[in-house]
Amino acid sequence: MKRGLFTVEVNEKLAPGTFRMVLAGDTSAITGPGQFVNIALEGKFLRRPISVCDYAEGSLTIVYKVVGKGTEQMSGMTAGTVLDILTGLGNGYDLDKSGQTPLLIGGGAGVPPMYNLARKLVSQGKQPSVILGFNKAEELFLKEEFEALGVAVTVATADGSLGVKGFVTDAMPAEGYTHIYTCGPEPMLKAIYDKSVTSGQFSFEERMGCGFGACMGCTCKTKYGNKRICREGPVLEKEEIIW
Amino acid sequence: MVKTAVSLSGIQLENPVIPASGTFGFGYEFAEWYDINCLGAISVKGTTREPRFGNPAPRIAETPGGMLNAVGLQNPGIDKVVAEELPRLRQIYSKPILANISGFSMDEFVECCAKADASPHTNIIEVNVSCPNVHHGGMSFGTDPNMVYNVTKSVKAVCHKPVYVKLSPNVTDIVSIAKACKEGGADGLSLINTLMGMRLDIKKRKPILANLTGGLSGPAVFPVAVRMIWQVYEAVNLPIIGMGGVQSAEDVIEMMLAGATAVQVGAANLANPYACKEIIDNLPIVMERLGIQDIKEIIGGAH
Ligand SMILES: Cc1cc2nc3c(=O)[nH]c(=O)nc-3n(C[C@H](O)[C@H](O)[C@H](O)COP(=O)(O)OP(=O)(O)OC[C@H]3O[C@@H](n4cnc5c(N)ncnc54)[C@H](O)[C@@H]3O)c2cc1C
Ligand SMILES: Cc1cc2nc3c(=O)[nH]c(=O)nc-3n(C[C@H](O)[C@H](O)[C@H](O)COP(=O)(O)O)c2cc1C
Ligand code: FES
Repeated sequence: MKRGLFTVEVNEKLAPGTFRMVLAGDTSAITGPGQFVNIALEGKFLRRPISVCDYAEGSLTIVYKVVGKGTEQMSGMTAGTVLDILTGLGNGYDLDKSGQTPLLIGGGAGVPPMYNLARKLVSQGKQPSVILGFNKAEELFLKEEFEALGVAVTVATADGSLGVKGFVTDAMPAEGYTHIYTCGPEPMLKAIYDKSVTSGQFSFEERMGCGFGACMGCTCKTKYGNKRICREGPVLEKEEIIW
Repeated sequence: MVKTAVSLSGIQLENPVIPASGTFGFGYEFAEWYDINCLGAISVKGTTREPRFGNPAPRIAETPGGMLNAVGLQNPGIDKVVAEELPRLRQIYSKPILANISGFSMDEFVECCAKADASPHTNIIEVNVSCPNVHHGGMSFGTDPNMVYNVTKSVKAVCHKPVYVKLSPNVTDIVSIAKACKEGGADGLSLINTLMGMRLDIKKRKPILANLTGGLSGPAVFPVAVRMIWQVYEAVNLPIIGMGGVQSAEDVIEMMLAGATAVQVGAANLANPYACKEIIDNLPIVMERLGIQDIKEIIGGAH
């Protein structure tokens, strides 16, 4: 875990209400995909937790949806804005469990963490396939970036305006994958949990006080005991989840 | 060099800054951010007799200038705290520890305080009387002078270490509660705990917190805390640990001028993991600027 000052380099709209922010700063505390950062915003008492979408030495990329005052404030930030960010938070996905052909499923604001995960898996010689779920075609983002990694991308939209009509589970194969990695709204995670036939890792959201394990604001029950989503999570193993 | 040391009932603190119970866990997480031995003392997470999971999620809601929490006293229970958490904290931390004890019955307070008092690792017993009394229709111990008196007296009977009673601000007359603590034999007072509040999600048209209500803390409550410390200092001759919305060295000084001997920092630790360290580093600088040579001399200085 580290606190650092990051400078906004790019803050661009990917789709209506969805933005990509590229920040320059010290990323050395980030250990892997599925981790998150916690961003301090002027005038807001609590930080905003956002997943790492991608990172490299000195560079952090996040993708966020405008859902309230804080994310709206972020959407108006211009290049050069300096942000106080805690990095290296949460456990992240375990890549060792992927098998050769893991299935990555992201829904809406749960799509971003799948990107660095896919990139890492590809670089390890795995063949991940990706399912992206949105409400409608115009919400789509990151599809081309995933395709540029050489992974197979299937899109599902709830209204059928693009790709498979329905939910991500309607685009899920019955078998043929070795592990599930997923992030998205809880009903989506539950549906994937019920349909999936392999082991898997599921990333959860919770309202947070601190984001680094101090306040017990984010605790949930698992089969392996109480876990703080910000610390022992946000990624839980399929076998330990209690709905 | 200015002097920052203070004393709480004979317990020496190198400076008056103490992270508040529930916002600092048992210290380990913060030890990853900085050396926690710079702290005046630590007040550890509120502990009950049985392990508690606490309330369902969501437990946290943001507010203007602060936050609501409805953690619901999640803790591993007094036996585990004494056997495991405190020894583990002691491996990395050598300064005073305040055990923060909660109870839902008189028996629970007495048993937990006795066990905390017997631990070689504790220095002060901080008794949180904000919980509902299960034997009195769920009315909070801390809102009734008689119940506060009884808890204080019973706890004092089993403790050898200083007992500080932590007061709830959700009362009409904080002074009568503070007086009841004094009569019960308290060595000092901690104030304030959180103020009961509520937020609604206007899209879902429902409360944000699963518990419906939560405790408000953060800078929004600072003036309420200063007022209560002021009133209690005027009326009751006991050392006060002040808290509620402290964010800066200036806030520490303001609270001490109102009557606090030491100051706790709560929610600020969550927004900024370095909050206590930054306040401690800044305190001598602000003291110099204000011409304060010895911090002890400003306690109650505004009266
Ligand atoms: C581990 C984690 C990773 C996340 N990653 C992403 C991401 O990559 N992209 C993205 O668009 N969103 C992500 N979110 C959700 C994001 O944190 C919220 O959308 C954001 O905090 C909303 O802030 P706001 O001020 O706009 O909304 P407001 O509703 O005004 O916020 C009020 C308070 O509620 C909290 N809050 C509101 N919605 C959520 C939520 N869904 N989860 C947690 N806290 C919430 C805020 O942090 C704030 O404290 C993530 C959440 C978590 C917990
Ligand atoms: C997340 C959270 C958990 C808390 N848990 C406890 C607790 O277990 N016992 C207790 O006496 N006070 C608890 N408190 C209250 C604080 O110790 C403190 O009295 C209060 O928050 C006011 O200070 P602040 O405004 O600096 O946060 C908690 C506060 C917060 C924010
Ligand atoms: S948000 Fe504070 S412990 Fe997880």
